[in-house]
Amino acid sequence: MSITELFLLFVSSIFVHNILLSRFLGCCPFMGVSSKLKTAQGMGAAVVFVIVLASLMTWLTYNYLLVPLHLEYLYTLSFILVIAALVQFVELALKKLNPVLYKSLGIFLPLITTNCAVLGVAVLNMNEGYGLAASLVNALGSSLGFLLAISLMAGIRERIEENDGIPDSLQGLPMALITAGLMSIAFMGFTGIIK
Amino acid sequence: MDIMHVFVTPLALMGIMGGIFGALLAVASIVFRVHQDERIGLIRAALPGANCGGCGYPGCDGYASGVVNDGAAVNKCSVGGAPVAEKIASIMGVDAGSTVPMRAFLKCKGTCEASPRKLNYDGVHDCRSAAVIPGGLPNSCPFGCIGLGTCVSVCQFGALSMGDDGLPKVDVSKCVGCGACVENCPKGVFTLVPVTADVIVACNSHWKGPMVKSVCSAGCIGCTLCAKKCPKQTIDMVNDLAVINQENCIKCGLCAKVCPAKVINTGEKVAAIEKSA
Repeated sequence: MSITELFLLFVSSIFVHNILLSRFLGCCPFMGVSSKLKTAQGMGAAVVFVIVLASLMTWLTYNYLLVPLHLEYLYTLSFILVIAALVQFVELALKKLNPVLYKSLGIFLPLITTNCAVLGVAVLNMNEGYGLAASLVNALGSSLGFLLAISLMAGIRERIEENDGIPDSLQGLPMALITAGLMSIAFMGFTGIIK
Repeated sequence: MDIMHVFVTPLALMGIMGGIFGALLAVASIVFRVHQDERIGLIRAALPGANCGGCGYPGCDGYASGVVNDGAAVNKCSVGGAPVAEKIASIMGVDAGSTVPMRAFLKCKGTCEASPRKLNYDGVHDCRSAAVIPGGLPNSCPFGCIGLGTCVSVCQFGALSMGDDGLPKVDVSKCVGCGACVENCPKGVFTLVPVTADVIVACNSHWKGPMVKSVCSAGCIGCTLCAKKCPKQTIDMVNDLAVINQENCIKCGLCAKVCPAKVINTGEKVAAIEKSA
């Protein structure tokens, strides 16, 4: 892939194929931890961190382990294994080596072990047949897209909280779901900026 | 069929990968071990492990590290009560302070009979849902118990049960005072009172008398008779609702006698005083 193609992949994975609002992966934290901007950003940062690392590891696993052994069908199992072990390892290492970062990522790090966005990006990389560089760019773009979407959502929800014009029965989660739908429609507008 | 490729290789691969990762994590947990204050483990062992969140921390682990790292008070665990507070205090080397165990109390006597329901609610069987339906609550009194039993379902200790009269009943022997019912009641009709409290106003309504009368025959009408009769002047009128200050209450039961709505609950101690008198 040329630099131009990589750049286009980067932009399209953030906006056009936004992992939350267009691929609908990882919707659980999108609803669950988007009520405060600060926690949403913590979650987003942890996701960027884990998705990029996990994409690297799963790419290596797939191309240097599963393909030579003709065991491609084991990808789900081995990806989950790799991601779970990786996140655990990173958590242990961070706790010791960088307590500040560990504290800021906090509880979100172990939480996203089982997040489908992480596995989803790894599987997407495999299905699209991306090389290592393209995989990493796609991972970075997708996870930044996650960070962008969840931060926007949290910002909007904080404003909604302060608005007392919302009927009782729509307060909280119902309003958040409507907001998510509208945001998703808005992100559909990006379709077409890249051929 | 190539048995080697169908069975042995995949099993060996997954087994080896799992083994390597397991070993790696085991090594990492030793290499990257962070020394934790050993008091956290000791306190955690002393706590009951109910993980009810009644202390305000996320579970018993959270409270244990809260005591050590954030200087949380040692007597926050309502499940364990005074014995646990003493244990934690001795681990931390501080004074336990006094802990009066608390229990849940329902500030409502609006049974189906006393306060008829104004509509036949047929939605999700949860007070928190019923509280937000457009057009108001299923019951007539906006302060009272809705009676769908959300408190019963959130109680981890089996201390609450729905009575036949449409109100939840508190089993005082099982209630640990964690406050889960208080938090989850959309009407805030539950409150925590010290177990020593014997005279309590069982109404949550801040409406004036005639309004209360129109929706409930067992509500505090704000007549102030109890406040006037109390020999210790320990009853305050807060927005047309009598509130008894438990600290100064001498449990004479006079207020309950004069209350025209019979809305003041009296317990065993008052009965004992009356017998001896």
